[in-house]
Amino acid sequence: MSTETIEQPIVKEKSSEALLSKRRKRLVTDPLNEDNPISVQVLGICSALAVTVKMEPTLIMSISVVFVIVFANLIISVMRNLIPTRVRIIVQLAVIATLVTLVSEVLKAFNYEMYKVLGAFVGLIITNCIVMGRLEAFAMGNKPYDSLLDGFGSGFGYAWIILAVAFFRELFGSGSIFDFKVFEAIGLNIQNNGLMVDSIGAFMILGLIIWVQRTKTGYVEH
Amino acid sequence: MQQSNAYIIVFTAILTIVVGGLLSFTSEILKPYQKKSIELDTKTQILTAVMELEKGSDILGIYNTKIESVVVDINGAPVELDRKGNPIVPEEVNILKNYKMDPESRNYPVFKYMSEEGKVEAYIFPVYGNGLWDKIWGYVALEEDMNTIKGVAFDHKAETPGLGQRIQTAEVQNRYKGKKVYDASGELVSVTMVKGEGKGQPISDNQVDGMSGATLTGNGVNKMLMGYLTAYEAYMNNVKKGNN
Repeated sequence: MSTETIEQPIVKEKSSEALLSKRRKRLVTDPLNEDNPISVQVLGICSALAVTVKMEPTLIMSISVVFVIVFANLIISVMRNLIPTRVRIIVQLAVIATLVTLVSEVLKAFNYEMYKVLGAFVGLIITNCIVMGRLEAFAMGNKPYDSLLDGFGSGFGYAWIILAVAFFRELFGSGSIFDFKVFEAIGLNIQNNGLMVDSIGAFMILGLIIWVQRTKTGYVEH
Repeated sequence: MQQSNAYIIVFTAILTIVVGGLLSFTSEILKPYQKKSIELDTKTQILTAVMELEKGSDILGIYNTKIESVVVDINGAPVELDRKGNPIVPEEVNILKNYKMDPESRNYPVFKYMSEEGKVEAYIFPVYGNGLWDKIWGYVALEEDMNTIKGVAFDHKAETPGLGQRIQTAEVQNRYKGKKVYDASGELVSVTMVKGEGKGQPISDNQVDGMSGATLTGNGVNKMLMGYLTAYEAYMNNVKKGNN
């Protein structure tokens, strides 16, 4: 996924502003909808397809990505004036890889079940373009607090999309939500749809989400 | 801003040391927890071959009261020490590592499921093999006649979702219950999964219904079962003769 380009205007600093000024609120809210990393920037699609068969692994994945992106943004932003420009990508990768390894080790120790399901995909957060994209486009040029907010914004923007995809995939693919058999509980006899368990199902739902969202925001690809 | 080469080298060196130190520190701290998790996972898998576990049940408690374990070699003789001369813990025998060795030099753990009176109710053997895309593994439990399958538990790394992945579902695993690993003439034939599913074809005591669209995974399971049952046959004969 390294071919996508990320062009983000670097926000200009002001001398002093409120802790949650309008501009700062937009840092968090923009990626949730109008500038969503998955549905608008079309980044991080691979993991959105791979982990969204069920809600539980998806939730764990979301938390992991939010953790990694927030701290990576913060750390890189703190170090941004020290990082040698010529090796900045390697430094960014080292920071991301360290955080991802931490997440994966903690998961292995305290939630082995999920570690088995997510194992490879947690490791692949390293290559998740959203994380590197935010570091390169935002954290390298902005103050730590702004970068922290930006990390939360992009992280949650990613999280709600993959949770939405997982919701529909688990509901129609396995007839359950968080392994709770919904259709059985309300007495509906609906056949599980094998397509939803496959990654094709994720593509379709993602496509529908993007369609609905762009109809509402009027976003057009240039 | 262009930094000097010396600055870049020093910066990356410090970064490497900090990051490396942090990671090895966490790894050391978390190791005991990870070991416990893996142990719990192994014991859960062993137990699921013979019983249905409810979520939240005391796995380690059940395991400690119900399971006795030994390690045997290809001739069915007990193995006490590993190659380095340390005592072997059956639960810690790495099936994957052993799978890569010749069948003759492998260690074979046996988990005995005991009744309240201390009689063996089932013998549980680990099995390992290749599915269609990657490794498959599991546990097979035989009743004390060493012929009837009490239950199986299969797992896989990367079989196709909805097709080969079904080997880990209770629906497919339950098909093995009550099947025989010896045929009528007393020869070890294992249990084979046939091609095709629900076609109403005649299924003998040594066969189970197949998985539609996952014949290659099924073949992998068949090969895995046959391979390991053959390897355990000497032990099974010893038990039948009453030596163990």
